[in-house]
Amino acid sequence: MANLNLTVNRRRKITNGIMTTLTAACAVFAVIVLLSIIFYIAARGTAALNFQFLVDTPKPVGEGGGIGNAILGSAIMTILASAIGLPIGIAAGVYLAELGNGWYGKIIRFVADTLIGVPSIIIGIFVYATFVMPMGRQSGLAGAVALALIMIPIVARTTEEMIRLVPVSMREAALALGAPQWRVSWDIVLPAASAGIATGAILAIARITGETAPLLFTALNSRFYNFYLDQPMASLTVQIFNYATGPFEVEHQMAWAATLILVGLILLINILVRFLTKKRF
Amino acid sequence: MMQKIMQSKISVSDLNFFYGKTQALHGVSLEIPAREVIAFIGPSGCGKSTFLRTLNRMNDLIPAARAEGRVTIDGQNVYAPETDVAALRRKVGMVFQKSNPFPKSIYENVAYGIRINRIHANKADLSDRVEKALRDAALWNEVKDRLNSSAFSLSGGQQQRLCIARALAVKPEIVLMDEPASALDPIATQKIEELIVELKREYTIVVVTHNMQQATRVSDKTAFFMLGKLIEYNRTQKMFTNPDEKLTEDYITGRFG
Repeated sequence: MANLNLTVNRRRKITNGIMTTLTAACAVFAVIVLLSIIFYIAARGTAALNFQFLVDTPKPVGEGGGIGNAILGSAIMTILASAIGLPIGIAAGVYLAELGNGWYGKIIRFVADTLIGVPSIIIGIFVYATFVMPMGRQSGLAGAVALALIMIPIVARTTEEMIRLVPVSMREAALALGAPQWRVSWDIVLPAASAGIATGAILAIARITGETAPLLFTALNSRFYNFYLDQPMASLTVQIFNYATGPFEVEHQMAWAATLILVGLILLINILVRFLTKKRF
Repeated sequence: MMQKIMQSKISVSDLNFFYGKTQALHGVSLEIPAREVIAFIGPSGCGKSTFLRTLNRMNDLIPAARAEGRVTIDGQNVYAPETDVAALRRKVGMVFQKSNPFPKSIYENVAYGIRINRIHANKADLSDRVEKALRDAALWNEVKDRLNSSAFSLSGGQQQRLCIARALAVKPEIVLMDEPASALDPIATQKIEELIVELKREYTIVVVTHNMQQATRVSDKTAFFMLGKLIEYNRTQKMFTNPDEKLTEDYITGRFG
């Protein structure tokens, strides 16, 4: 029979107390790091922040200037990359989860995992060689393609994992009603996994919004408002890089302000998609 | 001895079933007449659920699972290559051990099977069919005011009756039930049992159960399985009062199992 005496179990209680405190401390540490980043950026970023900064294009030092075209460029490339990357990534994830148990699926899964680990600058060089060189110049389209290539494996793998979490009993219920396989995937499994898939999509979008390296070779940068996808395009991240590496304090302040905007936008995307994919049932 | 019924709804002869190299069913043969309730009893792992799932080919989902032998429903071979599995499952509905509603509204749960099989003529007809199915499953009065609520807002017993309604909505001829009341309290169980007896007028029902009292209450015939073999198949009354086989008697009197 187990000993119910407290003193005998003291060792276990102490261990429990230490481990609980340790994990709680680590959780607090993680949150503190995140909050201090946000506060630091907010504190440094507000100095140069005003409406003119948000709509202006970059100007020579001393004449002001802003990040309006960079915000637009980032938005265009992120949306375009998502339009390419999300459907392919989600469809690939559905394939891996529903039909990918053979050797073909195993190879795709391995390749996707490897691709996730490839440094993004290499994706940039790849798109430079296969896209920018034949086209003859950098362009917003090339930038979006590079970002989409980064997205696809991430979205595919998270989609697969989320679909695998849908209980088998739910599939069986639909199949037992005479539903063909594709309808089970489309009507039952995908909606049930949608919140998780959306989370994966947000993470991927947030990731590419913050990418700089793959855009340096592909989209380059631009000093103007540009709606043409075959022309070089500005982006927030590359603009931050340019401002931050400049020699003047005004430029550094603008880099901080642009960083604040970038972080704010990513946060906004997160909140928005969370709200849109709120579970109804 | 069991008599061969002339026009069986379901006819199984010499069925062997394998999960990879493990044989789960050994030469099972049995005839199920239309509009009767058949209960499958036997200890856990005896193959009764496996057998039930061979009747609508739900075992197809399991990799490396394989059936040998012959299963016919209304004279049509279920395992023939030309069999349309979706059409088979429409005809042979199924209710699972654990209620498994879709993450949709109560209405949409029942409407789903009707929609995918395009049974309804128009919207009003769809609503009529949903209502009929919910009435048949004795759930209508409890949910008619909240058809658009989530199916998960229902109690366990209500969820199981919703799953029955969902199965009935596609107008099957046979309903397979895999321990439909094993996770329910006695009152909900009683409701399901009354329902089974009621449904017998329109449907052929095969029900797997661990509860032998339940088998006596609802079924016309009982099949006793052990170690993948069909030991005895008899009228329920005879089975529980004067079984032909010694093994059956040992099992129902609780000497093992």
